[in-house]
Amino acid sequence: MRRAPVKEYPLLLTEGLAPGTASLTEAADGRLRLGGRWTADQAPAVEAAAARIAAGGPARLAVDLGEIERLDTLGAWVLERTRAEVEASGGTLAYLGTRPEHQTLLGEVVIRGEPPAPAPRLRFPLSLLDGTGRQVVRGSKEFGTGIAFLGEVVAACARVALRPRSFRGTALVNQVQQMALNGAPIIVLISFLVGGIVAQQGIFQLQRFGAQTFVVNLIGLLILRELGVLLTAIMVAGRSGSAITAEIGSMRMREEVDALRVMGLDATEILIVPRVLALMISLPMLTLLGDLAALAGGGLTAMLYGGLTLDQFLARLQAAVGVHHVVVGLVKAPFMALTIGLIATIEGFAVEGSAESLGRRVTASVVKSIFMVIVLDGLFAVFFAAIDF
Amino acid sequence: MSDSPIIRVRDLVVGFRDKTILKGLNLDIRRGEILGFVGPSGQGKSVLTRTILGLVPKRSGTIEVFGQDVDGLTYAERRRMETRWGVLFQQGALFSALTVKQNIQVPMREHLKLSGRLLDEFARLKIEMVGLKPDAADKLPSELSGGMIKRAALARSLALDPEILFLDEPTSGLDPIGAGEFDDLVSTLKETLGLTVFMVTHDLDSLYTACDRIAALGDGQIIAAGTVEEMLENPHPWLRSYFHGKRARAVAGGPSAVRAPHQDPLVAATGG
Repeated sequence: MRRAPVKEYPLLLTEGLAPGTASLTEAADGRLRLGGRWTADQAPAVEAAAARIAAGGPARLAVDLGEIERLDTLGAWVLERTRAEVEASGGTLAYLGTRPEHQTLLGEVVIRGEPPAPAPRLRFPLSLLDGTGRQVVRGSKEFGTGIAFLGEVVAACARVALRPRSFRGTALVNQVQQMALNGAPIIVLISFLVGGIVAQQGIFQLQRFGAQTFVVNLIGLLILRELGVLLTAIMVAGRSGSAITAEIGSMRMREEVDALRVMGLDATEILIVPRVLALMISLPMLTLLGDLAALAGGGLTAMLYGGLTLDQFLARLQAAVGVHHVVVGLVKAPFMALTIGLIATIEGFAVEGSAESLGRRVTASVVKSIFMVIVLDGLFAVFFAAIDF
Repeated sequence: MSDSPIIRVRDLVVGFRDKTILKGLNLDIRRGEILGFVGPSGQGKSVLTRTILGLVPKRSGTIEVFGQDVDGLTYAERRRMETRWGVLFQQGALFSALTVKQNIQVPMREHLKLSGRLLDEFARLKIEMVGLKPDAADKLPSELSGGMIKRAALARSLALDPEILFLDEPTSGLDPIGAGEFDDLVSTLKETLGLTVFMVTHDLDSLYTACDRIAALGDGQIIAAGTVEEMLENPHPWLRSYFHGKRARAVAGGPSAVRAPHQDPLVAATGG
């Protein structure tokens, strides 16, 4: 590395620097000599040296590039920027000893365009109102989209019903396999565990009144009417709803949906109808399976903690629940499935180009589905209470 | 600068499951050259690039980059090497959640110590250098056209002023004028920064105007490597049909085979 002779040239920015560091020395005749690597990895030293050049104010400066080890776009840009600053303040800056490649590079590093102006921002109280307003408008638009989408799906189903040959049976069977068959183990397991947990807590509370046998009534009604279908729907929303959103969303990102459209195919018929129908078929089946598993879990707990025998459990269960309780649970399933399917497909079609948007939409799909499933369950509870079923 | 090649590949064997793609491939890339890499589709051009970059494991052979064997590197040396090359992927591979400017700033933020002002200016400079309009800076990749994505991705690959630039089909999807400008830009960068460029391409215009040397891949090996003139004289059947085919004659047409880029609108319209 070249070291400036200390006696002749006052050191500016070369004290204790590692070899290759961008440096600036002032020669006896007033020329500014650059040394070292004026490259991106030396950015702090390059910026500091350039600031020293510009600090002189309006002056006639001569900058010697002859001893630079390497100049890249960063070094060239900072030099050109400094030159512009010096010239703007009324001085001049001339390069000396430039090699041809440096000359070309210095000519290349020009920013012609102005940076785009940042969008004006609202201040605090207004921004809050603005945000709330936008949320309300977006929420109502989303509701409108949901209704329009429901209509579109129903219309597509009607078209399929009129032309049964256009019905995609293979896709439907495939989807049912994905949703129902492959989803069955986890739903059975979770329902079994929750059934057991509810029964255990019921036994502990009812024991105080010596009424632990009534735990069978408790779990029978709770599971068949509410818990079984709710748990299953939430699991399906998380498992299949997210899958639908991700599938349709990534097809949107890769223009596959557009490809279907321009081929004269109906994306609603091909992508949505089989999935929504498959959900409406799968959820009741899974609900029944979940009911049975939860009852088994509750029964096992009742035998272990409550001291009931299998015969006692079955006899009480038969006495406590009727077929209408099973029906109340199962009848809700297709409606919940439709809700999950619609939300999942709407969110899938709303995916824009980025991976981030896909992630956001999948999250939104699951959260909205679960929320709507619970709201729907509440509405059904009110309804069944009103008709005294 | 020494004469030793900046990248040296020896006896490279790469395969997937029971299929061997590269069968004992040897290739030197010299410092400061633009090497065009051609070959039939599906023969492993991208596989070679990805193997050099360490994205695909090799079965045997050695790869030296900057004179260092890539197998013998520590984690820190490996990271350091990766700041010294830039890669332009075929589809751009821009981060879809970030704007163009943020994409370009990702490697800068991670590897350079830049002040906020310089970070902003340097990103805008790169955007201008690759020929994008300033208002593209705050756009998301999903809002860009194919050609703009290519340019934005090039700007990102140039963010650290690399010594080697890997380009995977850089001019595919660009209009002929844009492709010519792209070739000019790469040549300028080579002249000014001493850049070494490894370019996988099918664009005959690029091969004629931008590349110093051409290497051709066939059956897992390098069939031939040399200048355009040497390629034209090579008797290998694939090279003959590639460089003497209908499309090639349109590009090379007229008495002089080597021409300046995008000067002849008729050639530009039929080439690439």
